[in-house]
Amino acid sequence: MRNLKRQLFAGPYMIWIVGFILLPVVMILYYAFTTSSGSFTVSNVLTITHPIFFRALLFSLKLALVCTLICLVLAYPLAMILNNMKNGSQGFIVFIFILPMWMNFMLRILAWKMLLSNNGIINTILGFFGLPDLHIINTPAAVVLCMVYDFLPFMVLPIYNALARINRDVIEAAKDLGAGNITIFFKIIVPLSMSGVISGIIMVFVPALTSFAVSDLLGGGKVLLIGNIIEQAFTQDYNWNLGAGLSFVLMIFVLVSMTLVNSRDTEGGANVW
Amino acid sequence: MVKKSAERIYLTLIFLFLYLPIAVLIVLSFNNSKSRVYWGGFTLKWYQKMITSPTIMKAFGTTIIISLASALIATLLGTLAALGINAMKKRNQTIMLGATNIPMLNADIVTGISMMLLFVRFTRLGMGTVLIAHITFNIPYVILNVLPKLRQTSKYTYEAALDLGATPLYAFFKITWPQLRPGVLSGFLMAMTMSLDDFSITYFTKGAGINTLSTMIYTNMRKGINPEMYALSTILFMAALILLLLMNFGPSAKREKASK
Repeated sequence: MRNLKRQLFAGPYMIWIVGFILLPVVMILYYAFTTSSGSFTVSNVLTITHPIFFRALLFSLKLALVCTLICLVLAYPLAMILNNMKNGSQGFIVFIFILPMWMNFMLRILAWKMLLSNNGIINTILGFFGLPDLHIINTPAAVVLCMVYDFLPFMVLPIYNALARINRDVIEAAKDLGAGNITIFFKIIVPLSMSGVISGIIMVFVPALTSFAVSDLLGGGKVLLIGNIIEQAFTQDYNWNLGAGLSFVLMIFVLVSMTLVNSRDTEGGANVW
Repeated sequence: MVKKSAERIYLTLIFLFLYLPIAVLIVLSFNNSKSRVYWGGFTLKWYQKMITSPTIMKAFGTTIIISLASALIATLLGTLAALGINAMKKRNQTIMLGATNIPMLNADIVTGISMMLLFVRFTRLGMGTVLIAHITFNIPYVILNVLPKLRQTSKYTYEAALDLGATPLYAFFKITWPQLRPGVLSGFLMAMTMSLDDFSITYFTKGAGINTLSTMIYTNMRKGINPEMYALSTILFMAALILLLLMNFGPSAKREKASK
């Protein structure tokens, strides 16, 4: 009886779930599968097969994969170095590498827009040394660079946490049994840090796949990702049914790719941090 | 030895990659010339312009109100929810946590759009809708911080207090609450950070004329870059630096470490 009473504490949140988590998803489904006059259709969702939209989806996928890969390659050694440091300085140095994450997302984009612009500081320095200009603003390269900058800490943090959890005794035991550094790395460190790598991949891949702000501001309208197309459907074309249809496709796409990545990881979203 | 210096070089390179953009912003915020490249002498005029700009100050106020209010309400709802979920049967717990995961797993743009579609049906977009949206994506962070702490607490001490004649409320505040407090606090802080940093969800759920810092900077940047924005960046970076330093190395952090 008392137990039931205690369960009631979750009551307000249950109402919140129905009203603001489940109902919005229902709204997306409703708009995605109806025409503007309200009759049933699948054409909004099938629009994704239209070459322009399909190309945008593939291109977003490619950029997100490249971005995730670069983040992983940069973050894994970094996390290892941080983890191997002496305890005294470790806290502070980890802190230094996490701090940029706390600066507003938009301001980080602003910084890169300013650095990369054609008469910006990078080109001035290159010009000073007589080197050719770097014209990557308004290209996919600028978008990837800024995304890597934005999402790198999301990859470092979970890998670092996973590495820190590895019991030193296991590594000692492997050494005693005659394993070399390379064997230890591939047989012990990599498998035991896999949960962190997977969390990191999810935390970088999903925002990279779906963001529209970076590509909008650094792509100069030339880099069209699926996020931009959805955003424009709502804010420029006022075609909400189409926008909802594409959002639905994106939602399914994210869920499927996460299930694929996550199939090795039983704890799922619970260890996102 | 070679390995050690290779590690040093790698750390330095990543450090430069992370901090050079911020450093350039900070230097330019004191630059008297509007150029992004040439140094025109030291000035504080961009800071003055920033403080006197109604757009920036209004967005700043909105951001503070939204993130504080949404983090507070999310902490209250989320902590209560965690208490309730913890008392549930295993199967119901799984259902509740599954629903909790929806806003965390969904892309921001999808969450933002889905909420906007709901809001425009029943009400007008404005401050209230942004607040509801922020509370919604904040609650999961609170639950995920409080629930593990709740599972660590032993229910026997609580029951012992009841047997010794404490009322449930008294027993909760004397026994359970002190053990939950660190989880509640870190849930609150994480919720506030998420709220401060959010762009996509705010962008879709805000009405005309309402701006948080993120959406204000976005609109501003599409028109070109004002040096006031550099000043704003510097202030926000310093605020984040001081806050994080206090949290990680301040007196309360030391006490927590000592008690471990």
